[in-house]
Amino acid sequence: MAGLRVGTAALVAAGRRLPRQLMRSAAPWALKTFDKILIANRGEIACRVIKTCKKMGIKTVAIHSDVDAGSVHVKMADEAVCVGPAPTSQSYLNMDAIMEAIKKTRAEAVHPGYGFLSENKEFARCLAAEDVTFIGPDTHAIQAMGDKIGSKLLAKEAKVNTIPGFDGVVKDADEAVRIAREIGYPVMIKASAGGGGKGMRIAWNDDETRDGFRFSSQEAASSFGDDRLLIEKFIDNPRHIEIQVLGDKHGNALWLNERECSIQRRNQKVVEEAPSIFLDPETRRVMGEQAVALARAVKYSSAGTVEFLVDSKKNFYFLEMNTRLQDPYKSFGLPSIGRLSQYQEPVHLPGVRVDSGIQPGSDISIYYDPMISKLITYGSDRNEALKRMEHALDNYVIRGVTHNIALLREVIINSRFVKGDISTKFLSDVYPDGFKGHTLTKTERSQLLAIASSLFVASQLRAQRFQEHSRVPVIKPDVSTWELSVRLNDEDHSVTASSSGSVFSVEVDGSKLNVTSTWNLASPLLSVSVDGSPRTVQCLSREAGGNMSIQFLGTVYKLRVLTKFAAELNKFMLEKVAEDTSSILRSPMPGVVVAVSVKPGDVVAEGQEICVIEAMKMQNSMAAGKTGKVKSVRCKAGDTVGEGDLLVELE
Amino acid sequence: MAAALRVVAAGARLSVVASGLRAAIRSLCSQPVSVDERIENKRRAALLGGGQRRIDAQHQRGKLTARERISLLLDPGSFVESDMFVEHRCADFGMAADKNKFPGDSVVTGRGRINGRLVYIFSQDFTVFGGSLSGAHAQKICKIMDQAITVGAPVIGLNDSGGARIQEGVESLAGYADIFLDTSYLFITGPDVVKSVTNEDVTQEELGGAKTHTTMSGVAHRAFENDVDALCNLREFFNYLPLSSQDPAPVRECHDPSDRLVPELDTIVPLESTKAYDMLDIIHSVIDERDFFEIMPNYAKNLVIGFGRMNGRTVGIVGNQPKVASGCLDINSSVKGARFVRFCDAFNIPLITFVDVPGFLPGTAQEYGGIIRHGAKLLYAFAEATVPKVTVITRKAYGGAYDVMSSKHLLGDTNYAWPTAEIAVMGAKGAVEIIFKGHEDVAAAQREYIEKFANPFPAAVRGFVDDIIRPSSTRARICRDLDVLASKKVQRPWRKHANIPL
Repeated sequence: MAGLRVGTAALVAAGRRLPRQLMRSAAPWALKTFDKILIANRGEIACRVIKTCKKMGIKTVAIHSDVDAGSVHVKMADEAVCVGPAPTSQSYLNMDAIMEAIKKTRAEAVHPGYGFLSENKEFARCLAAEDVTFIGPDTHAIQAMGDKIGSKLLAKEAKVNTIPGFDGVVKDADEAVRIAREIGYPVMIKASAGGGGKGMRIAWNDDETRDGFRFSSQEAASSFGDDRLLIEKFIDNPRHIEIQVLGDKHGNALWLNERECSIQRRNQKVVEEAPSIFLDPETRRVMGEQAVALARAVKYSSAGTVEFLVDSKKNFYFLEMNTRLQDPYKSFGLPSIGRLSQYQEPVHLPGVRVDSGIQPGSDISIYYDPMISKLITYGSDRNEALKRMEHALDNYVIRGVTHNIALLREVIINSRFVKGDISTKFLSDVYPDGFKGHTLTKTERSQLLAIASSLFVASQLRAQRFQEHSRVPVIKPDVSTWELSVRLNDEDHSVTASSSGSVFSVEVDGSKLNVTSTWNLASPLLSVSVDGSPRTVQCLSREAGGNMSIQFLGTVYKLRVLTKFAAELNKFMLEKVAEDTSSILRSPMPGVVVAVSVKPGDVVAEGQEICVIEAMKMQNSMAAGKTGKVKSVRCKAGDTVGEGDLLVELE
Repeated sequence: MAAALRVVAAGARLSVVASGLRAAIRSLCSQPVSVDERIENKRRAALLGGGQRRIDAQHQRGKLTARERISLLLDPGSFVESDMFVEHRCADFGMAADKNKFPGDSVVTGRGRINGRLVYIFSQDFTVFGGSLSGAHAQKICKIMDQAITVGAPVIGLNDSGGARIQEGVESLAGYADIFLDTSYLFITGPDVVKSVTNEDVTQEELGGAKTHTTMSGVAHRAFENDVDALCNLREFFNYLPLSSQDPAPVRECHDPSDRLVPELDTIVPLESTKAYDMLDIIHSVIDERDFFEIMPNYAKNLVIGFGRMNGRTVGIVGNQPKVASGCLDINSSVKGARFVRFCDAFNIPLITFVDVPGFLPGTAQEYGGIIRHGAKLLYAFAEATVPKVTVITRKAYGGAYDVMSSKHLLGDTNYAWPTAEIAVMGAKGAVEIIFKGHEDVAAAQREYIEKFANPFPAAVRGFVDDIIRPSSTRARICRDLDVLASKKVQRPWRKHANIPL
């Protein structure tokens, strides 16, 4: 079976399978499970744990913040306890309240999910003191794997391939050069204590090594208060492949297959795939065995993931071991907050699974990760899994919040991805200027124009269909062919359309297409066949003035359909004068005003900070668009603002 | 003869370049021509209104001509014009001269169809004397209005006139005449008169622009981007209305299942009763295809009104908007609502009312402004409406404002409460402050009050609500009710007319 997993909306995928971790010991089938556990988390992961508990007959306790009182995980659980107000520091990280909830509900164990308290030693200690089981790895393993240098040393000892390199205090630039030559260029230099790609420098020669040493050691001292540097072989265009391991308290450990997680954005996974089409059985076996060796070395007694970088010659190197049950996947950078006005998961399709913690009407709050759900498709082979993913993404209805379906769909149909020619730099290579939506081929454009035109005509025809009970009979206009002008991306296209029943014959810029559908104008999903090829489109809006937005091939396109006559007259209409945005400051997203730096009468310079908005745990500095005097301030610290709300006006 | 015709044709073209030639060319035409040719000439001239130069000027202002507007509004080929040959009869100030006579004068009138349905129409022609109202102009309009009344069809007026007094006395759809954003103004007296009388400096736009009338005065019901957008929307709007008060609300083909459950409504009302939500979300989810034609969307926004459909049948929706001023009723929203309820009742359009109202807005401004008088209008309008009335209380229904919002006491046909409904005299905090003044444990008293009154039961046990329903079933319930209520008939004793507290 091939599987493919993407995170819809702001996130990424990759759930570790949890059920097996819920047992007390290595031989779960032989022992009694818990009667009741508390899930110290929210959203998708909480739902997934609760689901599994239900299957296993374990009673569940959900915790929630007050804004989450109506959310799905609360409804699913047998009991629920409110642990505080919306901010995570006062609720999901509020240990006192959570301990209180454990006592009150007499939960025997706590499942921390990922993020929040899943790696908090203090929390683990509190639980131990109350004789409550923490479902997850023990603190020793967390500690051992938490330190980058320490974990690498451990890995080396366990005979796990590590990236050739040096870690420790480097005396001076000369020593750095000596080490770099030993390893062989190119090398990567960074502060040991720094995480991810932060402060990382690549050196291809001695001079660059000296520079890299200077910057990195300064940063190490100032930012982290830790002088140690890491110099190691730089692996160009690596793949990110991880192996899942399971360990128990009796020293047993085993490995499950790999997951290809190379499609990343800012180190956050976007698409995951299993199996990787790159690994051969031998490499897979060796990687698995090394992963298990590492798990044994740290006496790992839970589920975990050993991450490897793999180069083009299938050399693999240990990257880090993930002792969390799951990665705390962070925002993918797309604001997806608001109310889910419509939501429909494509679970009616074969081979599709959706892990989510939401339902129609859910509020995606500014306080938490904006991850909506994980979409997983399976197939008997890779091609089938990919096709199903494409179809599932087209059939996924998410309205009211922004999401990244367009990007996900684009990735999985990208020819490099389909060939398997990927690396962790895939997204930045393919979309160097950022992702701007699907680029239509000429045929696709004609199809979109034909669908939009047919939809327009279908709705015009429907507008004439009344239940006849008027004294004055309806006399339908005798129009057999509709001459239309459709605007797409600032270009006008001539379209003629005629309908016979559910089939529309459409001529777009000279080429003829047949469009068939049920033309159900109420359904959020519309199955259309264009010249025999099936398409699922979503009509997001259709206005009387001809504007419509249609989601086609994952991307939302704005079109304007007018009759040719109306389009001719429309040429006389004046261009709308755009609002002078330099003198007003509007909130670019829903969030909370953290600080306001100006008051009426202040003179501000262009680019000067005016206020700070916090949304999705990110602080955004709002700057003046021009130099001028502050006319009015429409917000204050602590205000919750919506997208487009006026914050400050300049004169 | 043939030569003369060609000259006229050429003349028409020439006028594009220089209308100064017009008089000269007309004199060429003054030789005897056959009646057929005269008819033809007049028609040609009528179609050109005030001439190509003025048409171009109209276009440059971003406006369409009277005829272009008609063509865009009506089904293609359906327009049947009347009074194309009417000319004004004014003889003063040289108006009798040929060059000041335009066949059809400054208004185009006739009938046609919108989506196959009959409509009478007049469209003022700004290219002829600025669309100003002459005796002939008024007569043309009155003629089609009289015809419309005899057959029971609506009249649409497209106003574009310097002397804009035409609206007075115009009934039918006149109240819903549209104003086009940025190109239209409407006032009793212009800025010059205002300056000389009250010494106020004000621009045309500030005094009577689209923004003024759609946000402050409530004179216009909706503004649109431009002529094309407005006319497209007018076609859409027309589909919601019956042809006359003698016809039932129209039922259009509907693709949205009438028994569709709306799960998102089960969580829409926030747990904290002080937290706002958007009533439009409820309206969009309940009606057919999320298709809501909002009326006065920018005026008195604490009350939402507009048209939608339920299982294809047009309904009028009234809803308190918790997002704006907590959804309270004040003078402007009461009048806005009252006018709309009267409109729906006049045209047999069932009313659906969504209630979340914390009360009437307190304060001297409201009291001095006559909130009692204006609130009474809304109460009266609901009470007197004989169309089917379905009411859904989503959350707060406090005090007098509860009564006003199409309550059972105003003869609502079906009144539902959601489980989150609180039907009470006032909020718990205010009530407790009065009842337990000086009481020690205010918090406990408040809890007791909430337990007792801040829920749907007190109203339900008295029959003030017919049922407590799951929000997700709201659409299905209303659709079923409207089917049953379609045959509703109310007999009232004869009276000259009812006495609404104006």
